[in-house]
This record gives sequence, C-alpha cells and structure tokens, in this order.
Amino acid sequence: MKKTIVFMLSTLLVTMLIPVSSFAEFPENPITYTIPFNPGGESDITARLQEDPLEKVLGVAVNVTHKPGGGGAVAWSEFQRTAKPTGYEIIGVNIPHIIGQPILRKDAGYETDGFNLIMWFHFTPNALIVQKESEFKTLQDFIDFAKKNPQAATVGGSGTYSANHLEALRLEEAAEIDLTYVPHTGTGPVIPAILGGHLTAAMGYSMMGVQYSDKMRVLAVAAEERLEQLPDTPTFKELGYDIVGGAFRGVAAPKGTPKEIVDKLAEAYTEVNKIIAPKQKKLGFVMTYATGEEADALVQEMKKAYQETFQRITKEKKGN
Amino acid sequence: MEKLLATAAQLADPAVIAIVFIGVTAGLFVGAMPGLTAAMALAVLLPFTFTMSPLNGLVALGAVYMGAIYGGSFAAILVNTPGTPSSIATAFEGFPMSKKGRAVEALSVATISSAVGGLAGVTFLLLLSPPLARLSLKFGPAEYFWVAVVGLTLIASLSEGSILKGLLGGTLGMLLGTVGVAPIGGETRYTFGLPVLQGGIEMIVALIGLFVMPELFSMAAKGKAALTAVDLKSQERSSILATFKAVLSQPVNLIRSCIIGELIAIIPGAGGNIANLVAYNEAKRASKTPERFGKGTIEGLIASESSNNVTVAGSMVPLLTLGVPGAPPDAVILGVLLLHGLRPGIELFTTSGKLTYGFILSMGMASLALIPVGLLGGRIIYRVIFRTPYYFLVPTISLATLLGTFALRNSITDVLIMLLLGMGGYVLKQFGIAPAPIVLGLILGGIAEVGFVQAILGGMAQTYPVVRLFVNPLSWILIGLVLFSLAWPSLSAMLRKRSGRSEAEEEPNA
Repeated sequence: MKKTIVFMLSTLLVTMLIPVSSFAEFPENPITYTIPFNPGGESDITARLQEDPLEKVLGVAVNVTHKPGGGGAVAWSEFQRTAKPTGYEIIGVNIPHIIGQPILRKDAGYETDGFNLIMWFHFTPNALIVQKESEFKTLQDFIDFAKKNPQAATVGGSGTYSANHLEALRLEEAAEIDLTYVPHTGTGPVIPAILGGHLTAAMGYSMMGVQYSDKMRVLAVAAEERLEQLPDTPTFKELGYDIVGGAFRGVAAPKGTPKEIVDKLAEAYTEVNKIIAPKQKKLGFVMTYATGEEADALVQEMKKAYQETFQRITKEKKGN
Repeated sequence: MEKLLATAAQLADPAVIAIVFIGVTAGLFVGAMPGLTAAMALAVLLPFTFTMSPLNGLVALGAVYMGAIYGGSFAAILVNTPGTPSSIATAFEGFPMSKKGRAVEALSVATISSAVGGLAGVTFLLLLSPPLARLSLKFGPAEYFWVAVVGLTLIASLSEGSILKGLLGGTLGMLLGTVGVAPIGGETRYTFGLPVLQGGIEMIVALIGLFVMPELFSMAAKGKAALTAVDLKSQERSSILATFKAVLSQPVNLIRSCIIGELIAIIPGAGGNIANLVAYNEAKRASKTPERFGKGTIEGLIASESSNNVTVAGSMVPLLTLGVPGAPPDAVILGVLLLHGLRPGIELFTTSGKLTYGFILSMGMASLALIPVGLLGGRIIYRVIFRTPYYFLVPTISLATLLGTFALRNSITDVLIMLLLGMGGYVLKQFGIAPAPIVLGLILGGIAEVGFVQAILGGMAQTYPVVRLFVNPLSWILIGLVLFSLAWPSLSAMLRKRSGRSEAEEEPNA
C-alpha cells in the first residue's frame, strides 16, 4: 500500500517536472542531471565542472540536482522506476557501485543493466596509502608486516563493498594476507584517520595521494600504468599483483532512450570532457572516453573482474 | 601580521562589503525558514560563485553560512521551531521569552551573542589553527564513540521532568537512526523491502517533523491565542544598548560557550547541531539559578547562540588545514576550494595566504554585519510574523516546510517521513516525550555506532578488541566527562543540601 502511494506520488511529481517533449530537435528543453551523492564529493565536483560547458555545447539549461542516500541506490532505484526515456532526465552512475549493490544488497531496488549508458568519463584508481611517517616504505614492507601479523594491519576506506573495500579484499587474495578493513562514511573521514595515525594504511582513491603528497605516501596504485601525477609510484601490476580497479564515473539515461538522443548526449559529454580535462587531471582524475558499446563492455569487464570477490563475500555472508 | 594588514586592505573594497551584507541577509532568511539549511544554501549559491573571483566567491559563501546559522534563531524564538539544528536550544529559552512578550529582546540577545560567537570563531581560526588541527587529529574511533556518549548524557538534562521519558525519546531517536544502509557492514536495516528507505531518516527531516509539525498543529488548534501579541512600543524602548550590556555582563558564560563551540567544531562530523545543546547544558549546570532555565532566561539563549556561531569559523580549522570538512556545509566550501585549484593544507596559508586570510577576515566582517542586519531584519521579521493572522501563518510555514523537506534530497519519501514523524511527534509530546532527546539520539546514535565498530575493528588482532575503547588518554578524559555528567544531579543535590536549606524551596523542578 505504502509502496503504491510512494510510487504514485513520485510519478505524479516527476511527470509534473518533465516538460512535454518531442524528439524532433533534441534538446529543446532543460535537462535534469541528477547526482546520487551529496554536494562536495567527487561526483559533484565533476558535475559542477561539466555544467557550464555542457550548457554551451547543448544550447539548453542543464540543472544539476542531488539525490543522496544509500550510497547512490536511492536515486538509482527511483530513476529506473520513474525516469522517462526522453533524454531530458539523466543521472550520474558509478562503477563498482551499480555492479556491487544489486548483487550484495537484498533491496537495492535497481539493476546493473537497467540503464542506457551514455558515457564513462573518468576513472579514479585505488591506491594503498600510508602516513608519511609510516615505517612502511614499500608495498613489500606492508605485505610482510601483514603476513606476520594477521588482522593487525587496519586498512581504512569508504563504506562496506565500496570500490576501496573491494580492492582491499582483492589485495588480501592476491598477496595471501589477512587485513582488517575499516569502513568510513565516505572518502572524506579517511583523511584525518590516516593523518592522525588511527589506521595502518588507507585504500583510497589516487586523488588522496596526489592532494596530500606532503603528508602521505602512496605505496602502489591499482591502475594499468603509472599515473601522470604520481610518476614515482609503482602500480600493483609492476610489483606482481594483478589488481586494477577503482571507481569509474559516468552518466546514463533511462533504458529505452532513442539512440540518436543518447548519441547526441555522448557527443556533448565527450566534448565537455576534453574541455575540463586539464582541471580534473590536476586533481588526480584519469580521463576516459567510453561511449556506446564500449561503455557497456566496460561494465561487463568490471563485472568479471570483481566476480570472484563477490562470490567470496556472498559465501561468507551465508556462512554467518 | 603584514599579510593580515594587506589582506584587510583588500577587503575594504565596496564590492566585498556589499557581498558580505547581501550574503548575511540572504543567509538569515534561509536559516529562518525551517527546512532550508546552511548546507543547502551554500549548494544553491555555488554556481553563482563561479562567475566571481575566488575571494569574492568565498566571501559570499562565508557570509551566507554565518547568516544561516544565525537565522535559525528567528524561527526558534518566534514560533518555537528551530530553523536549523544549530538552534534547538535557542528555542528552549527564546520561545518562552517570546511568549512573555520579550521577543524583540530575545532576538537582540541572539543577535549580539551570535556576533560575539562568530568573532570568537574567527579569532580561534586566525591564531590557533595549527594546534587545534593537531588536537582534532587525536580523535580516533574510540574518541568519537565517547564524544557521542557524552552527548547522550545531555538527554538527562534535556528531558523536562521525567528522565525516563527523556531516555525513551533518546532510544527512539537512536532506533530511527538505524534505518537505511548500515554505515559499517553495508546491510540494509528496517527498510521493509522499500528501496527508498535505503537513504535512512535524514536528521533535518526528523528535526522538521518532530519540532516544526507539532508546533504547527498546536498553533492551528489554539487559533488566535497561538502567538502572544506584544505591545511593540514598550518593546522598542528596551534599548539595544541595555541588551548589549546584558549580554556582555556574562563574560564567563560567553567564554565557556565559545570554547565548547570551538572544541566541538574541530571534531569532523560534529558542528553547531551538537555545540548549541552542550553549551546550553553547561550554562544550565554552571548557573546559580538552573531552575529558571526553560522559562525564558537569557543565559541559555546566550550560550546556545554564541556557541553555534563559533562553529562556523571553527569548523574551518580542519577544513583549511587538513581538507577535512568539520560540518556538512563545509563540504561545499571544500568543493569550491578544489574547483579553484586550491589544495587545503599549509599552502593555503602561505602561497595563497592572501586569499585564505581574506576569507577568514571576511567571516569576521560577516559576524559584525549580523548586528545591523539582525537588529533591523529582526524587527521586520518580528512584525511580519506577529501581524500575520495565524490562519495565513500556519499554512505558509507548512508549505515552506514541505518544500524545504523535499528540496533537501529531492525526495518525496522524505516529505512522507517528515509528516509521519510530525504526527508521531505530536502524539508523543502529549505523553511528555519532548522532541529534543529524539533528535539528539538520531544525531548521536550514528556517530556512536561508527566509532564503536571502527574501534572494535581496530582491535581485531587483540584478544579482547573492546579494550581499544579504553586505551587512549583522550578517551579517559571523555569517560571522565561521562561519569561526571551522570553523577552531577546527585552531586549538585548534595552540594545544595550542605550550602543550606534556604535555597531548598526554590528547587521543585531540580
């Protein structure tokens, strides 16, 4: 009963907000670009940078709105339920969130494949980071310590089953060590925890290492190649651990949006991504340009990469 | 010092002064509206700041922030509905004063206290940032847990009358806080299969539902008698100068409240929402006449309003030195810094020192601007509210509240939750369960949970992980505070007995 009321009310509201649209010359009305996280985070900063050039490229207003909650799931589930496939409603999407949540949560309320992906515009690789004063100078130091002292090495990162957590789990498997992962409410609170010495290490995004290069040391990054901003930091791969991962951020339309419209949006986002690239690179983002089939392929690829880890988690969950 | 003077000169620009005044005024109205929060105001303002120079943009954000935290006191004093969570305690004293026809005086006291608090926060930020930032890093999971427990002991004093009912409210709040995705573990709790509930119950939604809705229901029920009209002329005569004197004649209260505000502000994740309650509680505890609290004393009002404005600049300490937002609105300011390519840390004070000091000093200007804007704006808002018939006022506030709740997360579910809590809150109020302990439980439950579980995880390699909660000296201090706080009611009773029986007649409510 409650569900129907909620559904009816939200449909009503959304229909009121959607302007009557025709496909003739998309776009001719303002576009609503939903960010499923709080203002101030990585997704928000990106959207703010995109907003202005997007409006110039598309010639219509682009309204960035925030709908935070449940690590993105609140907005994604509502989007899949109610958004109209007109191209006037688009939403920010993240890997591994949209892969992990539907598998690991009982009521995520949406499906990984329930979006029409427009583009994945950047990637923030995970990185193992310690305080500058830490005794661990290299990844090997850290792994040696963890081998000798099971569970004693605490690794902080954002929430449970976040990109950071999954990476820590993969490191455990690859290096055959037993770590204690300490989830935080977002990436922000991990910073004081590292600086204050409350954690052995952090599995954070590379940006943290770039922005705090004077106070932290990055032991390894989970990218294919070394990062422009961290030229002296090795990748996990170089060191013999096959770990590549992090968060991809992108944008999606509702399933069933006409191809011409999705293509048009993808073109616009591609152009905008080139414009904002210098600013984003400085902050430590790695730009990507995956559109169309390539965008879908990336999801499938990452799904495979995380599969083993997910299986291990679901097994452990059942074991409890 | 030279840098400071050079920066001060840069602020003498008329454009900057205009931005400060406009920002403070805009913030005041946002804060006065229940449901519109400082964080939201900053998020809305953000795109506009892109067209300004980095300094002007930051000045605008700082001014709006300062104005919004202060503006919350208006709704609290005039209609007993805290405009933001930072002015919950303001309503405890401000509204009773308002009922007695001392609304204008209460608003003036709040204005002056806020300005003092704002200036104190700026002073702390200018002079003591490095040591304060180091102190804030000392707070680990165990300390967070104990801070939350210290906060929970406030419930005892927040519950008027029955402590049992207060505890019941606090427990209810903590329970409401568990709805949604668990902060640690990622399980969904109490969502009853509804995906929308993954987002949990937002604190502001609960605040509006529990404080504002019941008040609107009672106003509607009471009709004409809801708002006590005041003879304006007699009010005007109570001069501003006298109010200044009244506020400044309580230096101990002001200093204590400002230090409390600062200490809470530097703890990332806690802000004005907790500071105002703690400062109020301590003012009550230190007062020679605690029995007057809750009936309209300016002591409590001063404590609440000065402490919450300290947190504006206070929460910038971890933000500017470490890049860690001390309170939700600071996350937006962090975003602005990053967008302008400014990296929080020592560099902000050296290479881009001019900008940073300009921003800090402009917050001091904003605090001073509160006085003219608040005293003048206060009178206007006061007149508007009291001249508007209740049958216009109640629907207007309701509509604004509904819109504000929706705008918070663009969620219709939040509106439904707010209305449900509003009805529940009204019923609970009839049974004597006040909204303050519920909201406090909701705020602190989450902090306590995260701190507790993180501390236990940190001790996984030990035989008894729970020991982790008791190993740091900072934890001991906090545990000491908890014990002191718990023992206080009996301690004070004992002290009073000893000091003579003459006061015994005055404490039927103790």
